[in-house]
Amino acid sequence: MLHTLAQQDPGELEAGLTAVGRGIVYGGAAIGPGIGIGLVVGNAITAMARQPEAAGMVRTTMFLGIAFTEALALFGFVLSFIISG
Amino acid sequence: MILGLEFPPVSHVVEWPTLFGGDVFGVNKVVLLMWLSVAIVIGLFYAGTRRPKLVPTGVQNVAESTVEFVDEQIVLQTIGPEGRGYMPFLLTLFTFIFICNVWELIPLVQMPVNARIALPMFMAIVVWFVYIIVGIKNQGPIGYFKNTMIIPGVPKAILPLVAVIELATILITRPLSLAVRLFANMLAGHLLLVSFAVITQALFVSTILGGALPLALLVFLMAFELLVAFLQAYIFTILAAVYIDSSLHPAH
Repeated sequence: MLHTLAQQDPGELEAGLTAVGRGIVYGGAAIGPGIGIGLVVGNAITAMARQPEAAGMVRTTMFLGIAFTEALALFGFVLSFIISG
Repeated sequence: MILGLEFPPVSHVVEWPTLFGGDVFGVNKVVLLMWLSVAIVIGLFYAGTRRPKLVPTGVQNVAESTVEFVDEQIVLQTIGPEGRGYMPFLLTLFTFIFICNVWELIPLVQMPVNARIALPMFMAIVVWFVYIIVGIKNQGPIGYFKNTMIIPGVPKAILPLVAVIELATILITRPLSLAVRLFANMLAGHLLLVSFAVITQALFVSTILGGALPLALLVFLMAFELLVAFLQAYIFTILAAVYIDSSLHPAH
């Protein structure tokens, strides 16, 4: 196995590591916002179920909360494209 | 190459050759679509309000329901009745962003204008200028920055840290996150549709039956992307309204 590794083109290894790094960056950036959006929407649904007449206001605030939480995942998404070998 | 599939690199999916014009002012597909979106927005509201009828039909219906949506769901929910002065600005933003996004789904076009950072960045800078100028006009140049940076109820020890963070929020984070949110969402949606189209095509070539499943998923994803296109226009506009509101009414 070491023999085959040694025969590889050094550029190939770099490209592979870049791909792995991109995956780690986006995957890592998606963990927190995933949990956060779940919390936001879950609590919004609870609020709507408790007080259906306030659903409109809760929905607007929910979208705001999602937008702020989601921004972090999207920064990771853009960063994963910026990384290059 | 993933399992024998050749996915096009990102640069092939969003970069278009210059059709005419020079280096800096070159016009490509994205710019043409942007001009077309401007024309559609102007045409929609011109045709919708040219000869208004009491019972709206056709184009007037579309224009009126758009105005009503922005008024009720965005302006009244965030700024309140006094925010109606910013209605033309927010309505233009909403309609323009939505039409720019929806090009993602039109057959034979299939390129969201906002998947290039230029347009979201420009619109974010416009929003940035608007809320800072509104804040300075309403609270004075010193009052605006004082009210945003010094938050009542914060312990004295961490006040300098909070002040710096708040200043960075209004100057950098807000426009950056506005632009990146719209751009990244549209780019991600575009890449998703491209990936599924490539998979469908590859599987159709090998087994016609095998292509049916990704094709069904592709149709579903297009419906989902329509929702995303609408939602991103809505979120961009509502955040612009929230920022204007925070300039009008400082936190007490």
